[in-house]
Amino acid sequence: MEKWADNKAWLLVLPVFVVVAFSAIIPLMTVVNYSLQDIFGPGNAVFVGTEWFKEMLTDKRLHDALGRQFIFSGLVLLIEIPLGILIALAMPKKGWSASASLVTLAIPLLIPWNVIGTIWIIFTRPDIGLFGVGINSLDLLDIPFDHTARPAYAWVTLMAMEVWHWTPLVALLCYAGLRAIPEAYYQAAKIDGASSWAVFCYIQLPKMRGVLTIAVLLRWMDSFLIYAEPFALTGGGPGNSTTFLSIYLVKLATGQFDLGPAAAFSLIYFLIVLLFCFIFYQVLLNVGKGEKIS
Amino acid sequence: MARIEFDQIAHSYYPNPREPSDYALKEINTLWEDGGAYALLGPSGCGKTTLLNVISGLLQPSRGRVLYDGTDVTALPPEKRNIAQVFQFPVLYDTMSVFDNLAFPLKNRGFNRADTIRRVKEVAEILDLTQDLNKKAAGLSADAKQKISLGRGLVRSDVAAVLFDEPLTVIDPHLKWQLRRKLKEIHEQLKLTLIYVTHDQVEALTFADQVILMYEGEIVQIGTPEDLFENPRHKFVGYFIGSPGMNFLPCTLEGQNARVDGITIPLAEETAALGAKAAGALELGIRPMHIEVHAAAVNDGVPVTIEAVEDQGSFKILSTTLNGHTLRARVPEGHPVPERQAWLRFPPLRTKLFADERLVI
Repeated sequence: MEKWADNKAWLLVLPVFVVVAFSAIIPLMTVVNYSLQDIFGPGNAVFVGTEWFKEMLTDKRLHDALGRQFIFSGLVLLIEIPLGILIALAMPKKGWSASASLVTLAIPLLIPWNVIGTIWIIFTRPDIGLFGVGINSLDLLDIPFDHTARPAYAWVTLMAMEVWHWTPLVALLCYAGLRAIPEAYYQAAKIDGASSWAVFCYIQLPKMRGVLTIAVLLRWMDSFLIYAEPFALTGGGPGNSTTFLSIYLVKLATGQFDLGPAAAFSLIYFLIVLLFCFIFYQVLLNVGKGEKIS
Repeated sequence: MARIEFDQIAHSYYPNPREPSDYALKEINTLWEDGGAYALLGPSGCGKTTLLNVISGLLQPSRGRVLYDGTDVTALPPEKRNIAQVFQFPVLYDTMSVFDNLAFPLKNRGFNRADTIRRVKEVAEILDLTQDLNKKAAGLSADAKQKISLGRGLVRSDVAAVLFDEPLTVIDPHLKWQLRRKLKEIHEQLKLTLIYVTHDQVEALTFADQVILMYEGEIVQIGTPEDLFENPRHKFVGYFIGSPGMNFLPCTLEGQNARVDGITIPLAEETAALGAKAAGALELGIRPMHIEVHAAAVNDGVPVTIEAVEDQGSFKILSTTLNGHTLRARVPEGHPVPERQAWLRFPPLRTKLFADERLVI
């Protein structure tokens, strides 16, 4: 290709560059700056190199929070993706019932995070909550249900909240993916005598790969960064049982004011999210694409 | 392989059809012989795909029966009818190899492994797909993909008929004729009943032994390509087949002759006799290629004004007017083209009469 002598077109990129600089690059660089110094007060900072990184990488509480985070995000994907696909498959294809179910599904997505927390706290409270009072009156549990009493109860409440809030997103994405499959595929499958399970495996699932990639990435990233729900529910408790990475990070940064370690932690956190997004993206992009078949 | 029969088939997409225009298929009664190559030809929305889906069982007709070899199959679902259908665009199972794609209909019907392998290899051989068997189907070109969707139909040895729904729409022009020839070959080799839906007359006329021309939910004519061209039974057949279509002039009958705005055009004896018996508005019809063009006045010649000359390569199309009626004539290459004024002669044997849009018979 011929090279342009006149490169003024670069100027058109400038506005975007400025916006990105202020929204992402400069804040990130501030974090990098903090992570390399020990700051005692304004104008009183000492360069410490990679010390904070070493400290954070060997921090046991960080390891525990990371472990919890993996279990939580893993469970979120394991529950929300299959459930979302099932809902999408069960949804009506046209008519008023299709519109009605779409709107109903979208409602949880419109509610702010902390409001969701509040709704579910009230719903599960053992004294006034519909669920809390209801399940305790059945007398099935050895310890009465109270999300502040046992880690398992807190986790159940948190998962219920997360699944209720975000499964609709997965379902809507899958629904869009399913609707985009031309009718001829189903007709061909009928003529070929395929069972509905075969239709799901060989037509619907492969055709949903694009939207599922997006759903998995979004749900992974989002659940990996979860903050408002556990914060509203128990503030990370009982004990440390729902202290996920972001809760621990905020405790470190604004609770204990350890800006250096918190900044190093942030960068590690960022890299982990980035790494997993990359892995998921690559795996989902290449799944079932190999040229050689036995 | 089967003979396909339609007994008073009608279909409407409305739950409670009242008007005739509510019907996508009005009333179809016809019989297609085993082993024939049929083309369903017609403009978009004429009901040809609807009819195809009635044959395959993807659509339950509102009324009537479909019979395969005399057996009523109207209530049977597509998978029980042993038909194969090739759609407008290639329908493949993307995640499977070519082999698995071809084996899929057999696998679903519980064939054993050895039979499956044997059948798939046979079909791959016929379709020139042997070297691609282990490849992913998704990576192949459009024509290879279309061959795979055809192969999925052929792989069942007892297939009754193969249905094609405009299968060459997405194929590159230079591959179209190759694939069309392949279809012909398969037809001759396997003696299958082939039914081919298209709106492209060239495709229909080159592919089929019998062309079924449809218009507004009805079959207007069934015949060989020559038949449709030479003896259109309906005005629609006249202008749909041929490029450009047939010329029509409103006329009256006067003994042996037709009169168009006071101009006399001689007719064949037989045509005039049939015209005299027919009721309804009469029209005279003639193919552009049958009109003789003369630069000077001739006996029985009709004087016309030349409006435009279109060069089509091997021939020229003359657009002329006769008292406000447009007449198109085809002049072969090398034939002199008159300027402005010409005399057209209508060979009586080629000049047809239509009463109320239908050929007089």
